[in-house]
Amino acid sequence: MEANIQPRITDETRPVWTLLDQIPDPEVPAISIVELGVIRDVQLSGKQVVVEMTPTYSGCPALKTMEDAVLAELQANGYEVNIRIVYKPAWTTDWLSEGAKAKLKAYGIAPPPRLTVKRFHPLDSDEPSRVSCPFCDSVDTKLTSQFGSTACKALYFCDGCRQPFELFKCH
Amino acid sequence: MGMNEALFTFSVRQADSALVLAQRLCEWCGHGPVLEEDIAMSNMGLDLIGQSRGYYSYAANIEGGGRSEDDLAFHRNEREFMNRCLVEQPNGDFGHTMMRSFFYSAFSALQHRELRSSTDETISGVAQKAWKELQYHARHTGQWIVRLGDGTEESHQRIQSSLDELWSFTEELFDTDRIDEQLVSEGIICDIGLLKPEWDVMVNDVLHAAGLVVPPKGYRSKGGMHGVHTEYLGHMLSEMQYLPRAYPDARW
Repeated sequence: MEANIQPRITDETRPVWTLLDQIPDPEVPAISIVELGVIRDVQLSGKQVVVEMTPTYSGCPALKTMEDAVLAELQANGYEVNIRIVYKPAWTTDWLSEGAKAKLKAYGIAPPPRLTVKRFHPLDSDEPSRVSCPFCDSVDTKLTSQFGSTACKALYFCDGCRQPFELFKCH
Repeated sequence: MGMNEALFTFSVRQADSALVLAQRLCEWCGHGPVLEEDIAMSNMGLDLIGQSRGYYSYAANIEGGGRSEDDLAFHRNEREFMNRCLVEQPNGDFGHTMMRSFFYSAFSALQHRELRSSTDETISGVAQKAWKELQYHARHTGQWIVRLGDGTEESHQRIQSSLDELWSFTEELFDTDRIDEQLVSEGIICDIGLLKPEWDVMVNDVLHAAGLVVPPKGYRSKGGMHGVHTEYLGHMLSEMQYLPRAYPDARW
């Protein structure tokens, strides 16, 4: 499935990936931009590097911040950097590794459930059937709003521990 | 018309509709009826700005004459904007804004679902993201219409008035011209006329669940795609474009 395409890391490009993996997501600093899945490819020729990045949401305001961070990090390590923004394949939360999901949970954000393809009808609910609270693991939770503090999160409330929390939206 | 010229015009039309609606939605920022909905409207606006940037930057690229995406957004006049007239209509009350966005996002979601398989790589790339985003815009706004239509006497009456007022702008969403026909024949875009029955079903389902009645056929808007607008667009642009025009050298 196209959605599961993962970037190719070679022995040659691994040092660049390692540097990029140290850059935190500006909105969810618990995970790196590599773990987030927005770095799609790294091509290296000598000290010249081309980094392909993709936005999470079309209008994600953090993309520019991430581009600047990539430039700064790689330039500081002696690379000549060119960033290309790609739209295909479209970013999906299915690219988050299990490790990244565990980090999100530890940070207090419920990780995204697996994407299920549904028919498109405005009256169909788009709530995932089970969302567990990142604090107490209760599934007695309810959606407050599909739109949270950033484009990629929804607001939930846990009736188990009476805490509001955020869900990293399935996308 | 050359292929590039047709692609440029199509991309700017797409971008204009998304940007104008985004600007309208963001006019709510700080004025939403509740905090969550304030955030929701700006969130949807942000998605639309992202989509418009995809199209504007592609158009600027095709034109290759030195105009940037910002030039296209901020340095064109009302008659050069090619958005559908629906999206420039003023916000009205919250329900009115939901109704306007619902009509547009149900349409635009279907259109972008098809554009994902465009033979044009950029358009299909923009469409992949837009399709995901517009689906939840249509759900969010559609579900508000049901809640308001099926709510109190006051909310029902108000959302029915919004339907009566905005309905005449919906047919224009499906208008096409020779530029579209040319791109359809090349497999670059889909024939949006073919999506109308599906849009009708979705919209009718929502309006029916809300207990609302579609007004009788009467006036219908047209011409937005050729730069002929209602009186509202110029006023909106004068606010949206103020800063880059007053301070042309301003940079982020």
